[in-house]
Order: sequence, then C-alpha cells, then structure tokens
Amino acid sequence: MKPAPFKYIAAATLEQALALKAKYGDDAKFLAGGQSLIPAMNFRLARPAVLIDINALKECSGIAPHGSGGTRIGALTRYRTLQNDGSLGVAFPLFGEALPHIAHPQIRNRGTIGGNLSHADPASELPALVVAMEAAIKVKASTHERRIAAADFFQGLLTTDLQPDEMLVEIELPAPQPRTGTCFSEVARRRGDFALAGAAASITVDQEGLCTHARLSLCGVGETPVDASDAAAILVGQRVDTERMDHVADAVRRMIEPPGNVHATPDYQRHVAGVLTQRILATAYDRACHGL
Amino acid sequence: MASDPHDISVSVNGKTYQRTVDSRLLLSDFIRHDLLLAGTHVGCEHGVCGACTILLDGLPVRSCLLLAVQANGHEISTVEGLAAPDGTFSTLQQAMHDHHGLQCGYCTPGILMTMTAFLNENTSPNEDEIREALSGNLCRCTGYQHIVDAAIAAAAKMQSGSR
Repeated sequence: MKPAPFKYIAAATLEQALALKAKYGDDAKFLAGGQSLIPAMNFRLARPAVLIDINALKECSGIAPHGSGGTRIGALTRYRTLQNDGSLGVAFPLFGEALPHIAHPQIRNRGTIGGNLSHADPASELPALVVAMEAAIKVKASTHERRIAAADFFQGLLTTDLQPDEMLVEIELPAPQPRTGTCFSEVARRRGDFALAGAAASITVDQEGLCTHARLSLCGVGETPVDASDAAAILVGQRVDTERMDHVADAVRRMIEPPGNVHATPDYQRHVAGVLTQRILATAYDRACHGL
Repeated sequence: MASDPHDISVSVNGKTYQRTVDSRLLLSDFIRHDLLLAGTHVGCEHGVCGACTILLDGLPVRSCLLLAVQANGHEISTVEGLAAPDGTFSTLQQAMHDHHGLQCGYCTPGILMTMTAFLNENTSPNEDEIREALSGNLCRCTGYQHIVDAAIAAAAKMQSGSR
C-alpha cells in the first residue's frame, strides 16, 4: 500500500513539464490531483519511474469564455472550482446536474478535470459528459498541439489518444444551441461512489418540438464512456414519445457490454442503463421544449 | 534509505517543520511517522475511507493520496490542532462527545477535520447537507446518526457565538 520508488520533479512551467514528458515518455506520469494515480501507485498497479508534478502550473487552471457562448476549462481546474463556479452550471446545465455526483468533498478538493479525462476511467462521469457535450480536448507537446473531439479521445479501458509526449491542457465546451435540453442521471450504491450505470443526454428541438439533434452517452457500462448517439439518432426529425424512447433504450441495452461488479451483474447494469436512458431522454426533451 | 530525497518545509497546526523526505513517502505517513502526530489515522490507503482526512490550506483532503513532498510550502491542519492549547475541546469536538458521535474512534479524526472545514463554510447546514459533507468518511460503528446530531448541535452553538 505504498508507492514503488520514483523520481519526483515539480515542473515550474508548462514548457518545462512538456520537455520532461518528451524526455521520459511513457516512463513518466503527470501528477495533477492524484486522486486516481496515487491509489493506483499505492496498489502498485502503476509504477511510473518519474512523476512530473504539474500542480504549480497556474496557467493550466481556470474557466474562461471561448468563442461565442462556449467555455474553456483548464486541465488543472479542480472539481471544487467547477462546482463553485456559478455561471458554469447555468451555461451548461448538464455539467451542473452531474457535478454533485462526482466523488466526495475531499476528492473534489484535489481532483482535476484534465486528470480525470486523461485517466479515462469508464465508470467516471466526466468522460461521458464531455462526449455528450461534444467537447473538444486540447493536448500539447513540446513540438505541437492538437484538438481532439471528445468522442474520439477515449480509445479503450484507461486508454486515450494521448501520445507519450502529450499533455491534456484544456477542454473546450461549445455553446449549447437554443432550445436544447439536457439531463444526467445515475444509479450508485452510495452518494459519490462510482455509478452502477450513468447516462447523459442532450436534445435540441425546433419550433414545432421536433428533435433536430440528439446526443446520448453512458458511463460505467463498458471499457470506455459509451457514445450511444447513433442509437439516439432515430429521434431526429421526430417528436420524442414513449415508443421512440423505448426504442433507443432497447438499442442501448443491446450495444453495451457492462463489466459487472460485486454490486451488480452485467444484466442488472444493462437493465439500469435502459431505464436511465428512458428517463433522461424524457427529461431532456421536456426541458428542450419548455426551457431549463 | 531515501532513493529520491527532497527538502521540504511544511506548516502543521501553525508550527513549521523542515525535513528531508523520500518522494514516495505519503503525506499520511509523513505526519504520523516523521512528525509523530499519530492523531491522523490511516485506514484504506487508497482514498475510500476518509480516516486520514486533514486540511491542506484549509480544505479537507485525503493525506494518503498526497505525497509528503507535495506539501512543501503548504499549511496543514490535523486533529491535534483542533483543541485549545489547554486541552479545551473545539465546539465540534465537544458536540461529538456530548452526542456520542464516536464509538471506536478510528474514523473520528478524519470526520472532525472534514466537518470542521464544512462548518466554517456552511454555518447553518441542514441534515442533508451534513450527510453530503460526510459522504467521504466511513464510520462502521455509529450509523452516522449521532455524528449528524453532533454537527447540527455544533453549527447551532457556533451560530450563537462560541467557537
């Protein structure tokens, strides 16, 4: 229950952090909040040779406007800051609704959004949220920087598109379209614990209440956040009624392969994912039509 | 036998300590073994139980998920700093005592640190908010009810002016 030996380097600037990562590559891990990395090191599931502490990089933290109505969130922004930011939850109600489900106060005081997304735990809420919100993930290396669509960022269990010399530096949330309703819900055994299943939806409607755009993603039911937007695409051009929502829920149940755990069998997780899908689609559609 | 030594300076309960620590030393072990402040308890060592909760720059954090070297230049508060120098309990400590908010006491230091910070931020919490604040601390004895009672009583007493 103690980490294996490693070399610790506190980076003073982003340039230095990236130069160190370029030098050490996969032998090095960035240390941000450490709320996933340190437990993994305590269990010896992770044994990085080098830890690059990026907690002093003030330029990587904070919430700022981006483009027309969008928001940029620095990778080092902690959950506590996200939750305490009054305007973030208003501009992005999906975020506001989901944040209280993430972990416990002590974890929220340290954990960072960039660390969470880089870790890519499929049971975590944030990866599913950024997929549903069609966020872009900005990564940097000493030699280049690039933007990755959230849906393309998560590639496997705890595996992302991040290359050995890259660091996730920013998340860009696009402004929601008018007449968009969102909803997040999850089922967990205990408040703040990882969910047995969670789901996020975003639905945009036209003046007549017909769906013009639908995004759906789930957490806790696969090796990555599950982007079920293809399943939700049958809603486009339609009124979102019970029959169509059942259809989407059926498709979700078929497409996921939940891992199961001590609290829930894969079949139960599949059932919960379907129920959550129906519920959040109904709520998101209602909010799209009537505001919130 | 430190393989990667670092010199650190840490303020704990208002007193500054300068030590050389190995990078792999957890902050929880640094507090207990190097500073001999054994009031901070260690339960699961992977961030689930909350027994090792301390305040880092005033905010509750799990000391088993921080490295001692990360505390360099920061201020830490532990359970040893809650009571007055003459041993008089803080309002929350006294309320925990009065309401039987502990049995075996293993989780208590973490709960005291969590709730001390919480009651500083939220001076008139309702029961739901208290349970939410407590959600990161496991207690296997009390069933939490008496801890919640103590927090409610402490908040009321602090509102009426005592510490």
